[in-house]
Amino acid sequence: MSGSNHRIVISARDLTKVYHMGDVDVHALRGVTLDVQAGEFIAILGASGSGKSTLMHIIGCLDRPTGGEYVLNGEQVSHLSRSALAGVRNRFIGFVFQGFNLLARTSAVENVELPLIYSGLGTQERHRRAREALERVGLADRMDHYPSQLSGGQQQRVAIARSLVNKPALLLADEPTGNLDTRTSLEIMDLFHELNAEGMTIVLITHEADIGAHARRRITLRDGLILAEEGTP
Amino acid sequence: MNVLVLLRVCLRALLRNKMRSFLTMLGIVIGVAAVISMVGITSGARESVNQQIASLGDNVFMIFSGSTNRSGTRMGWGSRSNITADDVEALRTQCPSVRYVTPSVRVSSQLLYGSQNWSSQIMGVTPEFNDIRRYEVVNGRMFNDTDLRGAAKVCVIGQTVVDNLFQGTDPVGQTIRIRRLPFEVIGALGAKGQAAMGHDQDDIVLIPNTTASKKFYGGDARVSMVFGSAVSPAAIGNAQQEMTDILRMRHRIGPSDDDDFVIRTQADIASTVEQSSRTMTILLGSVALVSLLVGGIGIMNIMLVSVTERTREIGIRMSVGARQSDILWQFLLESLMLAALGGLLGVLLGVGVSATISKLAGWATDVSPVAAVVAVSFAGLVGIFFGFYPARKASLLDPIEALRYE
Repeated sequence: MSGSNHRIVISARDLTKVYHMGDVDVHALRGVTLDVQAGEFIAILGASGSGKSTLMHIIGCLDRPTGGEYVLNGEQVSHLSRSALAGVRNRFIGFVFQGFNLLARTSAVENVELPLIYSGLGTQERHRRAREALERVGLADRMDHYPSQLSGGQQQRVAIARSLVNKPALLLADEPTGNLDTRTSLEIMDLFHELNAEGMTIVLITHEADIGAHARRRITLRDGLILAEEGTP
Repeated sequence: MNVLVLLRVCLRALLRNKMRSFLTMLGIVIGVAAVISMVGITSGARESVNQQIASLGDNVFMIFSGSTNRSGTRMGWGSRSNITADDVEALRTQCPSVRYVTPSVRVSSQLLYGSQNWSSQIMGVTPEFNDIRRYEVVNGRMFNDTDLRGAAKVCVIGQTVVDNLFQGTDPVGQTIRIRRLPFEVIGALGAKGQAAMGHDQDDIVLIPNTTASKKFYGGDARVSMVFGSAVSPAAIGNAQQEMTDILRMRHRIGPSDDDDFVIRTQADIASTVEQSSRTMTILLGSVALVSLLVGGIGIMNIMLVSVTERTREIGIRMSVGARQSDILWQFLLESLMLAALGGLLGVLLGVGVSATISKLAGWATDVSPVAAVVAVSFAGLVGIFFGFYPARKASLLDPIEALRYE
């Protein structure tokens, strides 16, 4: 590691993933090597079946690789137990999903508090940080609204606030604009740019080239391998 | 994860489906209410029966003619009276452990007074009967030895008889007819209330036993049964032994033959009552247990549905860092809360039911706090037992699959 500006957040070596579907082995990843430095904005592109979802699950510590090494924020995580992985997700990773994945009938601020509940923070501190995160994404006046009372763009902002609230090392966005119209998509991408400018490392998974174009570095997957890489860290 | 936060999460999930939560609880509510009200009613009933048994008197025993065996045909108790007034006299003089003893000669007849008539229990006894059974003459006097020797046609009547025959006029000095014979009422007994099994102890007419034998049985000295009491509670066993020895000797019963009489003590009666109330408790307890089990299965069923419905929520929680144990506890606590809340409601309902029953039926009920605590704890255990499988199922969900679930 050469100084704080070039700290490595993701260091993946030769990741493979094999699913056993009955008698057939499906090779979702065939050896992906990837380094992401702190403060990068990187997009992982690929058609469906390219292995990008599998890569995202492994990077997000929702799944473990069949082979290879994965070091996240300096911690070897490829062989951790499910419980330990839950802890890693809680501390290091903020997820933003296509379908927002907010808890229904739960207010915006309580949705944002959710990761902090599992960090064991006290009520006061949880509240303070959740409000701070919602203010950061421009929803200071929607704290107590339920998801059903918010627009799609607003719901995605709540989800982004939730992903930020634990000050993660990495923001992992899986098709974050897939359910949004073009104008709202641009607003969300602007928000990502702002967060990235503040130093947040962002990994964007998408199949849309124009959304991927927002990232400074783009990696294209096909058939479980890196097909192309463009841009600079 | 903080316990208070967890409690709030669970409470909110339960309140979200109020009707469903209530219906799920209902099985437990009914089970616990059944336990609580039954325990209350049986312990109340036992208490009042014990009081009634105690009201029989102190250290009381009764002797019945036993079953007899004539030419191979066994007859029931009292089928043939074979205890005589002389036997009773022997018991009185020869048993040091016996304080009071009286023969009792039963007479069945309608009582007549003027235009009124009444059917009562007419017993020929000695004055010791009052000491044994704790009757008290509150008006007039009890018959005495002179009356006994002379087989006087006098009687002492219970409160129920007074009420039914005399309706407000003073009975003492009046004449009533028993099987056409005139008897002078010389005394009235104070009220005693109901005996065990609801029999009215005040519906009674006492006459000298000599009068009963002479006037109604043609001088036959046999008695229907014997009442007596021991000198102390500890002496009951000795009294029983002494009386058995004397009666066997007087009746010339060989060492290998059965007694031709039966001695029943107060303790025997109490234990019979105890036995039947225990049977009742076991029966009702098993009904309650079944209902709790059914309630538990209801909880398991609903929790399984709930886990399926909330698969996505589980996925979201896992993605932001919930461990398997966090999810397990969340769902386990939810079913525990359902069951315990059902248990509490059941206690309230049970208390209400037993209070209503004691008001309507006039029984004393007694809901013990111990029973309430045990019932709620048991309901909680049912919740944990039947909640474990759904909770474990939830905790073992794969986060990726759970997030994809529609």
